[in-house]
Amino acid sequence: MKYADEFRDPAKARSLIREIEATLPRVTMPDNRPLHIMEVCGGHTHSIFRYGLQKLVPDSIEFVHGPGCPVCVLPMGRVDDCITIAEQPGVIFTTFGDAMRVPGSRGSLIDAKARGADVRMVYSPLDALSIARKNPDREVVFFALGFETTMPSTALTLLQAADESVGNFSMICQHITIIPTLKALLADPFTMIDGFIGPGHVSMIIGNKGYEFIPADYGKPFVVSGFEPLDMLQALLMVLQQMAEGRAAVENQYARVVPEDGNPAAMKAINEVYEERESSEWRGLGTIDHSGVRIRAAYADLDAERKFGLVPAVVADPEICQCGEVVRGQLKPMQCRAFGRECTPATPLGALMVSSEGACAAYYQYGATELAAPNHD
Amino acid sequence: MCLGIPGLVTEILDADKFVANVEVSGVTRKINVACVAEADKLDDLVGKWVLLHVGFAMSIIDEEEAARTLEVLTQMGELQEEMAAMRNGAVA
Repeated sequence: MKYADEFRDPAKARSLIREIEATLPRVTMPDNRPLHIMEVCGGHTHSIFRYGLQKLVPDSIEFVHGPGCPVCVLPMGRVDDCITIAEQPGVIFTTFGDAMRVPGSRGSLIDAKARGADVRMVYSPLDALSIARKNPDREVVFFALGFETTMPSTALTLLQAADESVGNFSMICQHITIIPTLKALLADPFTMIDGFIGPGHVSMIIGNKGYEFIPADYGKPFVVSGFEPLDMLQALLMVLQQMAEGRAAVENQYARVVPEDGNPAAMKAINEVYEERESSEWRGLGTIDHSGVRIRAAYADLDAERKFGLVPAVVADPEICQCGEVVRGQLKPMQCRAFGRECTPATPLGALMVSSEGACAAYYQYGATELAAPNHD
Repeated sequence: MCLGIPGLVTEILDADKFVANVEVSGVTRKINVACVAEADKLDDLVGKWVLLHVGFAMSIIDEEEAARTLEVLTQMGELQEEMAAMRNGAVA
C-alpha cells in the first residue's frame, strides 16, 4: 500500500480496501478477464493515477478509463476550424489553456499563435467577453468546449453578451453531453464494462436521474463519486456491493455536493442557449448521434460558425494513433504503437496525451511500466 | 477546467448581474453566482464556500468539504493550473 499514507485518512483507506477485498468473493466474475470498472470522468482518471488506486485494489479489479475528458476527444478537424477563424484578420481568439495544445492537421492553437494569430488563454468565458468589451474594433471569439460542467458558464456568458448587445463577441460551440456518450458506449458490442464510477461535477449540474437507463437497460451499477481517493474507493465498494447483492442501481456517493436533481438554474441556462446537434464527431470514437449541442438560432449573431460562415473541416486521426481503442478500453495506453515514441506530452499526436486528465498523459506522467497491468486479451 | 475549485464568497459586487468577489487560495476574483442564489438572497452567500467552474459558482459546499477538495486539487497539481489560468485571466 505504497500511497495510502498520503491519503487524508490512511486508516479509512485501509479499511475501505479491506471491505473491497471482503466483498469481491461474493461478486460473480466475468470469464477470463478481471472485473472492468469504468471511471467516466477525466478527473477521476487523474485521481486514480495520482493516488495509485489501481495498485491498491485487488488485481481482479481493473479501472477502465472512460471518454470523460472533453479535451481528449476533441477531433482534429475542430482544431482546424478554430485555427481558420483565429487566422482571420482582426480576430482575437480565446479559449481554455488545455484546448490550446491539442494538435489539428495544421498544428495547435499555440502554433497558430506563434505564426502570428492573436490567440489568448482565458480562465473564464467571462474574460473573453471582457476582452470583447475592451476591444470594440476587433472580433472576439471564444472556443467553448467541455461537458455539462462548463456548459452553464458559456451559456450564461452568451446570455450576458446578448443582454448587453456586445456585437463583436461570438462563440464556437463544441460542448458535448455525457448521457448520449454513455448510451453509445454501452450499445457498442466491443465494450466490456461491468460497472461505472459516475462523474461528480457533471452530475452536480445534471443530477442523477439521466443515468437510470444504465441499471434498467444494461443491468450495470452506476455510482456517482467525488474525486478524492477515499470517495473513489467508497464508490468502488458501493459498485461491488451492488454486484454481490445481485442488483444494479444508480447510487450517489457524493451527495454532499451532488443534489438528485442537479442545478436547476444551470440547466435552465443550458436549455435556453443550446440545442442538440444531430451528431458530433469525437476523436477516436467517430460520430456519436445527439452527443453534442449547438447554439440555438435565436442567438445566431453570437454563433461564430454562422458569423464566419465556417465550413467544418473533417480530418482523420493520424494513422499511427490508436486513441479510439484506448478510449473504448480495448487497449492500455502503453499498448498503443505511438505511446512514448512519436506521442509524448511534449509532442502529443493524440489528444489523450494532451490533457493531464487524459489516460495516456497520466500513464506517461506516473510511470507506464510501474502501472502496467497485464494484457488480458 | 472540469474540476470545481473551492472559493470563499467575500463580497457581493453587483446584485443585478450576480457578480461577487470570491477568494481562492489568497487570490480574489470576480465570480458569477447566478447558479447558486436567488436575486433577493445574494447577501446570504457572503461567508459561504462555493465550487467554481471557469468563473461561475455551481454549488454551495461546507468548509470541511472545501478544505478536503483544496487539499486533493493541490496534490493533483490541478489547483496550481487553475490558479495560473485565473491570474492570467485577470489581466486579459
